[in-house]
Amino acid sequence: MLILFIISSLSISAFDTPNDAGGSVTLKFSYPSPFISGEIMRKEEGKEFERMVAVSPSDTYWIDNSVEDGVKYYYQVVLTTEEDVVASEPASVISSPQWFHKGRTTMLIVVLLVCGLILFFIKQAKGGKELYIRRIAGLEAIDEAVGRATELGRPVMFIAGIMDIDDLQTIAGITILRRVAKKAAEYESQILMPTSRSLVMTAAQETVKEAYYDAGRPDIFNPNNVFYLTDDQFGFAAGCDGIMVREKPGAIFMMGSFYAESLILAETGHSTGAIQIAGTAMPSQLPFFVTACDYTLIGEEFFAASAYLSKDPLQLGSLKGQDWGKAMFFALIVVGSVLATFGFTIIKDILIVQ
Amino acid sequence: MKRQVPLIITFIVGVVMVIQYFIPRQPFAGLFDTFNRWFLVIAVFALLLGLLNLLRLHVNKVKKIDKGWGYSVVLLSGLVATIFTGAKWGIGTGTPFNYIFVNIQQPMGATMFALLAFFIASASFRAFRARNIDATLLLVAAIIVMLGRVPIGNILWNKLPLIADWIMTYPNTAGQRAIMIGIALGTVSYSLRVILGIERTYLGGE
Repeated sequence: MLILFIISSLSISAFDTPNDAGGSVTLKFSYPSPFISGEIMRKEEGKEFERMVAVSPSDTYWIDNSVEDGVKYYYQVVLTTEEDVVASEPASVISSPQWFHKGRTTMLIVVLLVCGLILFFIKQAKGGKELYIRRIAGLEAIDEAVGRATELGRPVMFIAGIMDIDDLQTIAGITILRRVAKKAAEYESQILMPTSRSLVMTAAQETVKEAYYDAGRPDIFNPNNVFYLTDDQFGFAAGCDGIMVREKPGAIFMMGSFYAESLILAETGHSTGAIQIAGTAMPSQLPFFVTACDYTLIGEEFFAASAYLSKDPLQLGSLKGQDWGKAMFFALIVVGSVLATFGFTIIKDILIVQ
Repeated sequence: MKRQVPLIITFIVGVVMVIQYFIPRQPFAGLFDTFNRWFLVIAVFALLLGLLNLLRLHVNKVKKIDKGWGYSVVLLSGLVATIFTGAKWGIGTGTPFNYIFVNIQQPMGATMFALLAFFIASASFRAFRARNIDATLLLVAAIIVMLGRVPIGNILWNKLPLIADWIMTYPNTAGQRAIMIGIALGTVSYSLRVILGIERTYLGGE
């Protein structure tokens, strides 16, 4: 009677692991709890079953990553009970790689929608349509900060974060650097830029050099002013603090990716009396910059800086598209919240990305 | 041509990186990791550039006895000592290199990190001055959260930890998420500008 019960409740199902690069199948099984030992067996067409892995009553699935694509495999679960050894019916499966990750369909739709909006507004801007962009105080203050440093006869200091050139925030920082360096060159001022990564140093040297050439002042460009300090986070913070205290820059720009060193830098800069403008997309560091700096570019404002400063219609068009994307998300949040209040979680379920 | 080639490379790599996120099979699977490994290799070689820049700058400073040349001597001595001990005796436990790392490098890093406590105090003092309604709201919220996170808050009033948790879970999370959504859209927009070559300032062009 017990054996019959075990056999009837013993089952195994095998299917190709979804959304993978192939070479993997997933097994799901169910069995009654009273058994001494359990094993998953596997065989290929025309071959004998071989033991793959031992299972315990708490196991409900197992992923076999040792299969070949296109080969048919049979799986069965074998249990040893106090009375007998029982085996499930074999389940067959063929593994294959997928061309599309179905768990990321929503992400693809959102990306296409946002990119579509951005491209649409870029096209509109190309057609000569006037686009309104709100004033960003932190960006308006760049010229004022460089001017003030010049009046004081002090250098301008620029820190592009502590991450490497593969970080988008570092690239955004370097685009702002160009504007700052050009202004500094026009005012015949010097720009000091310690970096914590060698690749950032080379990119920044090139950017500052170009900016000085653009301003018609290549003669006052000093390549030694863009220099490498250290990769070490707090070593870099200590080095920058030392430069701030010794050189007393009139303006300090902190634009890039920052971590725990953000407040150390911003407070030291504040204590030297420099006008400080910061920009980052690190939400955890924003409160520190807001507190210690005169102006802070918060997240999206930081990425919008180059478009805002260049006034290039194509770039401004992309900002407009971004704003419409924000409106789309706002609508989704409102509708989703109202529906969730009445117990419908459809929006939340749709937006889950694997 | 100097500008076109990097722009074409950026476009191709950018598009491939977007596509690989949605296609799990080969040759796209693992492409992200492969590109990251390539970047690491390039970054390691670039480290040499940084080292040479550091050496050149500080050797010149010492040679010319420029302002602050003493700091350069300390830096160069540390650099030479670390490289020499590491190359001669290795970097394992008990080696001079490890001694330098554990007894000089680590305490100096920890000291810088510890400075944060004092900087947070001075920054908070400025931020929490009740100059207007917004600053007053910030001050009240901060006091509740700070008291709610320490045992004395619970002794003063047992509802304080609950209110602190509510502030952190709802208004604070809502604000953070608003910023996060803006950052995500900004990232998409900026990436698109870079991929399409509209944003090329980082290459040295306008």
